[in-house]
Amino acid sequence: MLRVEEIYKDYDGKPLLRGITFEVGQGELVCLLGSSGSGKSTMLRIIAGLEDPKSGKVCLDGIDISQKPTHERGFGLMFQDYALFPHRSVAENIAFGLRMARLPKSEIDILVRKALESIHMQDFAARPVTELSGGEQQRVALARALAPDPRLLMLDEPLGALDHSLRTELLKDLRKRLHDSQKPVIYVTHDQEEAFALADRLLLLNDGLLVQEGAPETVFNRPANAWVASFLGLGNLVPGKIIDDGRVETALGLLELQTQSEIEIGSDCVLLLRPEDALLGEKAEQLAHHLRAIVRDSVFQGEHYRLEVLAGDTLLQVNSQYDIDPGQPLSLGWLQNALLCLPVS
Amino acid sequence: MKRARSRTWLLWLIPLAFLLYFFYQPLLAIFRQVFSERFNQGWQFFTWSQITQPLLFTLWQAFLSTLLTLLIGLPAAWLFSRFDFPGRKGLRALSLLPFILPTVVVATAFNTLIGPRGWLNLILMDLFNLSNPPLNLLNSLPAILLAHVFYNTSIIIRMVGNSLTRLNPHYEEAARVLNASPWQAFREVSLPLLLPSILGASLLVFLFDFTSFGVVLMLGGPQYATLEVEIYTQAMSRFNLPMAGLLSVVQLAFTLLITLLQNRVSSPRYGKAALNSERKTLRRPVSRKQKAFVILMSLLLLILFVSPVISLVSRSFVTFEAARGERGEFETGFTTRYYTELFQNRTGSIFYTNPLAAIRNSLVYSVITMLVATTMGFLTAYALSRAGRFRRWLEPFFMLPLGASAVILGLGFLITFNRPPWTSGRFPILIPIAHSLVALPFVVRTILPAIQGIPNSLREVARVMGAKPWRVFYEVDLPILLRAVIVSLAFSFTISLGEFGASSFLANARTPTIPVTIFRYISQPGALNYGQALAMSTLLLITSAAGSLLIEKIRLPGEELF
Repeated sequence: MLRVEEIYKDYDGKPLLRGITFEVGQGELVCLLGSSGSGKSTMLRIIAGLEDPKSGKVCLDGIDISQKPTHERGFGLMFQDYALFPHRSVAENIAFGLRMARLPKSEIDILVRKALESIHMQDFAARPVTELSGGEQQRVALARALAPDPRLLMLDEPLGALDHSLRTELLKDLRKRLHDSQKPVIYVTHDQEEAFALADRLLLLNDGLLVQEGAPETVFNRPANAWVASFLGLGNLVPGKIIDDGRVETALGLLELQTQSEIEIGSDCVLLLRPEDALLGEKAEQLAHHLRAIVRDSVFQGEHYRLEVLAGDTLLQVNSQYDIDPGQPLSLGWLQNALLCLPVS
Repeated sequence: MKRARSRTWLLWLIPLAFLLYFFYQPLLAIFRQVFSERFNQGWQFFTWSQITQPLLFTLWQAFLSTLLTLLIGLPAAWLFSRFDFPGRKGLRALSLLPFILPTVVVATAFNTLIGPRGWLNLILMDLFNLSNPPLNLLNSLPAILLAHVFYNTSIIIRMVGNSLTRLNPHYEEAARVLNASPWQAFREVSLPLLLPSILGASLLVFLFDFTSFGVVLMLGGPQYATLEVEIYTQAMSRFNLPMAGLLSVVQLAFTLLITLLQNRVSSPRYGKAALNSERKTLRRPVSRKQKAFVILMSLLLLILFVSPVISLVSRSFVTFEAARGERGEFETGFTTRYYTELFQNRTGSIFYTNPLAAIRNSLVYSVITMLVATTMGFLTAYALSRAGRFRRWLEPFFMLPLGASAVILGLGFLITFNRPPWTSGRFPILIPIAHSLVALPFVVRTILPAIQGIPNSLREVARVMGAKPWRVFYEVDLPILLRAVIVSLAFSFTISLGEFGASSFLANARTPTIPVTIFRYISQPGALNYGQALAMSTLLLITSAAGSLLIEKIRLPGEELF
């Protein structure tokens, strides 16, 4: 089990990581999610021993390994650009870690062959890696990282260098491969789709702090604050103020919540209004409180139309089964239990 | 489009004729000289040791020089591409200093450092109260090696340092994660990826050491003759032109061989991917080891690059002994006499070379060289850029003059243009022409990338918007090329001003140039001659530095000569 404790790190004199603590259990796949520049890659490099933290510890099975040099940690790391050695063939790349671990040649050959089989690239053994496609490179890089049987596998935006269609295809493959490997995995990404698809647990990193930690469903249903909701693109965020138990003052009027919020009365908050939960037209008019809005734009998105509507001075996004012409008036509202009140940060 | 192409073919003819007449004809004349001698006398006109001795010494000193240069250059490249430390930029700029110094200046500078009248000996004499200089470093192999290291360390710093900075740091890190120790990661991953550039740089340094002339002539003395020095001695002192010619043929063959080898090893091997990182790899030194390395290395480089220059300039303002033949006028200390003496016209001695005339000549030659080299270079570059599939055949033809050394050029001129009108004229046009040939490859290498760098779409846009062909050139090409042209002008001017190899063959007592005069002064006895050589070297140093500063200012970023 890996545990990082109170990791602090400065970059160019500014704090980058401000006390990060988390654990990764045996066989668990953890996604470290955050915007670019949030320090997620640095976190991986610190765990790998490629960079030293300003303070804090990295422990493996209860033993502090912070002072151990990189090559004695026995971790695997896959870089975003894969960093396949351009002067070596596919097989030589995969064999590298085994060779450095001083395994006998016969054993290396067997392991390399197995690794090549597992990625269905037996025929590529002697090819120069510079001739591989992006997807093939990605598979070789993963096979290379897994070959020496690392105690922990880390992946730094492994799909970041690929174009969109290839990404979706490889995501499924990667998911299977990572789960099959039975290894603890830390997966760094800025793409929430990837994170939701892969993770057993999500770690959300913002501004050097761990903002939220939990299963994808939990994070999706109950984002910890406005930043999480906004980063994950969960829906409309309307600023407001809690005036008493269960009631929020917003630009859209006074809205009642079903659940009591944990936020202190009188403080600012943000209301999350998910587009897919919006009730339109007659359904909205049956609600105790509904809004009158004007449709500004309508975009076909396959399963539904995404409407942009103006309610008072507030622009909102809602999903609709029907196309509605811009300029039309529209009633809309949300059920009380669909409203979520979040702390600002 | 067809008509435009036929016109560029006409432009071809000018540099073509120029090269045929002034480069290939003299080269051919050298070969003819050798082989006509062979038909007249058989191969009896020389003994093998006359060739093998200078050849082996040339190879040997080039090998040693290269080794020493690598010894300092590789850690220096590492220093500049990995560490961020105060004064880094300044030190890096200083490391370019040797590039701009003419060989004569470097030779005199090292003379003022380690020569019998140099600072090192003066200080030792003062310290231990000696009456004679204790160290005899001049006219020795170490002196040659030292000057070569001074000259070529910056090549290693530039070429290897470039690859080092562009080497993706992830490779080494990936190796580290894959169980490799720092040393293993370097040996298994970084070193193989850097090897082409290390080999390429080494061979280039070897080539420069192999063809080095002025430094060896002035610091090596008579017993350490390289091929080029031997060519000079055979031609100018023994008047044995066939022997000089034969040595030139040997020299050319080896130069060609090394150049071909250099081209082969330094071509990028693993695709462009390996060396195209834009990542910041500079780090402040953290550990004690790193700090010690940074401090010691930068100190060493500072001494290497700066001490000869400071030594030269300071020594040119100090006198320690009576000037020869001027008994009673003995003074020690600061003096500007060496400089004022330059501008005084004393005649009488047959050895006398008029410094004022030399300065005037050099300036005139440089202006002519500047114009001729840039015009020819521009035409050549334009023709090459338009040559299309013929380029493969034509480029070597135009670039070959780079391989031929100035000394061989001088010898060729001496053999070919030994008849009127070349010999009778009061004005020695041959010297600036030789200088132009020396400068031509540099000019082409400056202008050609600029021409090729202009995207054709710019020309097409101009044409679509209604510009006629000449208008396209005037509106698009010219403004972009102007920079490169100015750089070329400054380049050829500076090259001409410091050129020594060809000039040493072509300049006679009536037509001296600054470097030739410096050489004459420093080879003659007497404190005044010595001082004047230093004074002139200092002036040449300042002019060259100013010219190079101008080049650096104007040159577009990212353009490299090597």
